[in-house]
Amino acid sequence: MRTRLAHIRFIIGALALAFVVAVAAPAGAQDRNPDGSVNPTASAVNEEQLLNALRGGAVSGRVTIPDQKAATLIQPEGQVWRDFHEVTLRWIGLIAIIGMLILLVGFYMWRGMVMIQSGRSGRVIVRFNGFERFIHWMTATCFIILAITGLNITFGRPLFASAFGSEAFTTWSQWAKYAHNYLSFPFTIGVVVIFLMWIAGNIPNRTDVEWVKQGGGMVDPSKHPPAYRFNAGQKMMYWIVVLGGTAMAITGYIMMFPFYVTDMAGMQFSQIVHGVVGVLFVAAMLAHIYIGSIGMEGAFEAMGTGTVDENWAKEHHPLWLEEQKKGPAAGGARPMATPAE
Amino acid sequence: MARMKFLCDADRCIECNACVTACKNEHEVPWGINRRRVVTLNDGKPGERSISMACMHCTDAPCAAVCPVNCFYTTADAVVLHSKDLCIGCGYCFYACPFGAPQYPRVGNFGSRGKMDKCTFCAGGPEADGSKEEYAKYGANRLAEGKLPLCAEMCSTKSLLAGDGEIIAQIYKERVVKRGYGSGAWGWKTAYRESIAS
Ligand code: HEM
Ligand code: SF4
Ligand code: SF4
Repeated sequence: MRTRLAHIRFIIGALALAFVVAVAAPAGAQDRNPDGSVNPTASAVNEEQLLNALRGGAVSGRVTIPDQKAATLIQPEGQVWRDFHEVTLRWIGLIAIIGMLILLVGFYMWRGMVMIQSGRSGRVIVRFNGFERFIHWMTATCFIILAITGLNITFGRPLFASAFGSEAFTTWSQWAKYAHNYLSFPFTIGVVVIFLMWIAGNIPNRTDVEWVKQGGGMVDPSKHPPAYRFNAGQKMMYWIVVLGGTAMAITGYIMMFPFYVTDMAGMQFSQIVHGVVGVLFVAAMLAHIYIGSIGMEGAFEAMGTGTVDENWAKEHHPLWLEEQKKGPAAGGARPMATPAE
Repeated sequence: MARMKFLCDADRCIECNACVTACKNEHEVPWGINRRRVVTLNDGKPGERSISMACMHCTDAPCAAVCPVNCFYTTADAVVLHSKDLCIGCGYCFYACPFGAPQYPRVGNFGSRGKMDKCTFCAGGPEADGSKEEYAKYGANRLAEGKLPLCAEMCSTKSLLAGDGEIIAQIYKERVVKRGYGSGAWGWKTAYRESIAS
């Protein structure tokens, strides 16, 4: 084995040497100035040529210190990343978040709160048990703090740094950073549990097509589109949380443990994904908060007390209500929706 | 006021690492932090060149632009300095810096990398010039004593030049004219958006 390896290595070495000689030979002929004197720089590298040849890639060499990141002499990608962080991300964030707020205010003015049309029946049915509500609110609390402390990194400096003064803004940002780092753990656990506990009701199916066709019932309030435990809109929210949360966790932990698993390009890419998905996530959650509070009568209590009015269920989740009424004996109820608490 | 710059004449640098050692010693830079390093390009091949690199004290510095807490400031000599009291150790300046200058005392202790450290052009930090606090955080303040950065002063071949940009550019140009070649002022295009014709 050893001898064969040595043999292979010898052949590779010989080939490499032959290559170097072949490449170097013509260069050697040019190593002279027109007057015949030696021009030692003829084959030397020049910053501009090298940067052009690399087309914006990094210029790397060899260093004698253990930190191999130091072997990168110039990384022009930093300028692209700077531009993303200073300009692009801020625009995406502004448009997504302010745009969503304008949309929601406009929608509220147009449609107002979606009421329970047949009024309250006075009979309630369990929608989310204590464990589900605990996980929801734990994840939600973490999300809000993560969003505020994250957006502080994106927008804090232009908004508050001069108003608060550098010292105060740094003190706040330092605590915000600790909060962002530590709350990432319960948030990630929450996303995983949400994924597992609600996956059964969130697989897209044919009912969703009908629901979407009817515009979710938001456009024409007299119609009530079909839905089981979760309608197409809620399913979308579920997948935004599961996939968005996963993307945030992966890119976030890459940033929290810098250069453990990736290089400079990977770090910059992680930050870009984290930033873009983050601001879009915030915009999506604003819509979620809207519909769960002032957007719809009777919706908040599902996560508040855990029960909903039967008429609310009849209008927004008719198929689910039927399932529940039939009870587990009929094979209709989904495991997590057992009415006993 | 001078516009301070570094210039490494790659045709003179012999990768002796005297600049690195001088820097480490002058500022008591801890193990693992490399304010200055020597990078060898085309190692062992024709056209091999070594370049001593540290913070270049860029014009319109990228690090200062991306820092979320605004802890950088530029001195009257155009030296880019920062405040360790303000830094939250987010690591963003390292992602933006073209030259890999920012350094962190810790790699990632649950998101805390400690206060960023980098070359100060031997000009200390925001504390009072020459004070104990300034020395502890940023190292010596030679500029306040009227001296130039020690790395360049100690350079055995005078490859590394530090000082007023116009003067060191002039020295470099004269060298190029005299010896008939020069591989360019490394990093100048990126840091100062100019290059010295050679
Ligand atoms: C799930 C786990 C998460 C982890 C591990 C994580 C980690 C990080 C880290 C390390 C940073 C770099 C800045 C710093 O060091 O303070 C960051 C920035 C940021 N995070 Fe998170 N994060 C997570 C979740 C979230 C969530 C859920 C949101 C928003 C809804 C969010 C929004 C942001 C934003 C907006 C930034 C700033 C981006 C920029 O302007 O560069 N993060 N995060
Ligand atoms: S070399 Fe890097 S750390 Fe120094 S001023 Fe330029 S961007 Fe900032
Ligand atoms: S590590 Fe410190 S100096 Fe660098 S960008 Fe973050 S807060 Fe600013």
